[in-house]
Amino acid sequence: MILMKDVHKTYPNGVTALNGINVEIEQGEFVYIVGPSGAGKSTFIRLMYREAKATNGTIMINDLDMSSLKEKKVPFLRRDIGVVFQDFKLLPKLSVYENIAFALEVIEESPRNIRKLVMDVLELVGLKNKARFIPDELSGGEQQRVSIARAIVNKPKIVIADEPTGNLDPETSWEIMKILEEINSSGTTIIMATHSKEIVNTIKKRVIAIEDGLIVRDEHRGEYGYEI
Amino acid sequence: MKFRTVRRHLREGFKNIARNGWMTVASVGAVTTTLILVGAFLALMLNLNQMADNIEEDVEINALLELTLEEDQITTIGDEIKQINGVDSVVFSSKDEQLSELVDSMGEEGKSWQLFEQDNPLNHVYIIKTKDPQDTIKVADKISDLQGVQEVNYGQGVVERLFEFNKYARTIGVVLIVGLVFTAIFLISNTIKITIMARSREIGIMKLVGATNGFIRWPFFIEGLLLGILGSVVPIAAILGGYYYLENNISERINYSFVELLPFNPFAWQLSLIILGIGALIGVWGSVMSVRKFLKV
Repeated sequence: MILMKDVHKTYPNGVTALNGINVEIEQGEFVYIVGPSGAGKSTFIRLMYREAKATNGTIMINDLDMSSLKEKKVPFLRRDIGVVFQDFKLLPKLSVYENIAFALEVIEESPRNIRKLVMDVLELVGLKNKARFIPDELSGGEQQRVSIARAIVNKPKIVIADEPTGNLDPETSWEIMKILEEINSSGTTIIMATHSKEIVNTIKKRVIAIEDGLIVRDEHRGEYGYEI
Repeated sequence: MKFRTVRRHLREGFKNIARNGWMTVASVGAVTTTLILVGAFLALMLNLNQMADNIEEDVEINALLELTLEEDQITTIGDEIKQINGVDSVVFSSKDEQLSELVDSMGEEGKSWQLFEQDNPLNHVYIIKTKDPQDTIKVADKISDLQGVQEVNYGQGVVERLFEFNKYARTIGVVLIVGLVFTAIFLISNTIKITIMARSREIGIMKLVGATNGFIRWPFFIEGLLLGILGSVVPIAAILGGYYYLENNISERINYSFVELLPFNPFAWQLSLIILGIGALIGVWGSVMSVRKFLKV
């Protein structure tokens, strides 16, 4: 489902972020990406939804070849991938409802379906009573749940989360993880970059460790492996 | 694009006007100020242009015919003149008509000229108007070459300078208007750009959620259109009101034949339409061009 072969990424300023990544992730897996800051985790993740482009190597996402994917087709790739960001990236002037509905308006869903799908997903993340609030009126955990709701509302095959619990207190982090596990249990691939030792060591999943632009460890039911 | 998406873009465009509050006010303000300037200047220039036209249209060529000509020769010359390129109308004026005109124009003193009625020393005259007043000199030269034409008068010397002056005045007017419109475009699109720059992050987010460039651009298109239209409301009101006042209070007091304001209807309405058009165009242009920069995510 996700396949990377000998992927290199050098930024225009000369910084080499990835130095030959080889990895295969099957549909339905739950994968943690761990490693020190600046090791290439974020770049690795951003390659998958094409916010960054690989300098060298092959990346296949949902049978699409990233290197030959035309700029015009990028939005369509992103509709099959839900992305959850550390800083939530919600539209500040839109309500919770409108933020989630946006992902459906983009695919030209009918208004009736939009209503139903948004309310369903709000139910799932437990924010049904806050549909009319704007992001600023919510706590960090609530905003992250909106962000997750937006990422999964159009039933993508893959959900990518870049440190989704990075800005949240431990208790809220567990709530977020519960939601992600629930999504995963319905067959969605989840790829999550994280710095949280507790989460990785408690909810045991496949762990991929990246250091200096290379995968140094890839184990199923792995450990976090770093001291904080 | 499905119809529901069209509706969605329209709705979002309208909502953005409200969502952006003071930014909207700033943009509309910029459009309003510049359009008032453009409108006032356009009104002035178009009226001056009209006055210049009026003066030029008063220019006519008098072709004085030789005294010895027979009637059929006179007719032939008239036909020849009509053949000349650029001639609009040819009117024959006999020497008797010329005399009575002269007498009339002299007023009291003219009475003494009436004595000439028995032995009229004047020439028969063809009075020629050209289609384009600028052709006067060219046409006059051709007429003077005709057999049987003694002399042509069109206000030699004065007319050349008048045309020269009008030509420069018009060129300067066009340059000023174009300059002003460009300044307006620059000012307005810059203001709009600032309001959109504040939303560059939002545009980036939309792209990450899977919106195509077109999907993001349409509401901005609508928003820019609305900004332009809203911004032209006050200038149009000012033009209609101000012009109505001018026409009813000022123009009656000026009594030179060529100083005549263009009539309120349709001129003020046409001008309003132009202002609305410029406003809408600049609004859309400023908005769409500004978004373009932030779409590369």
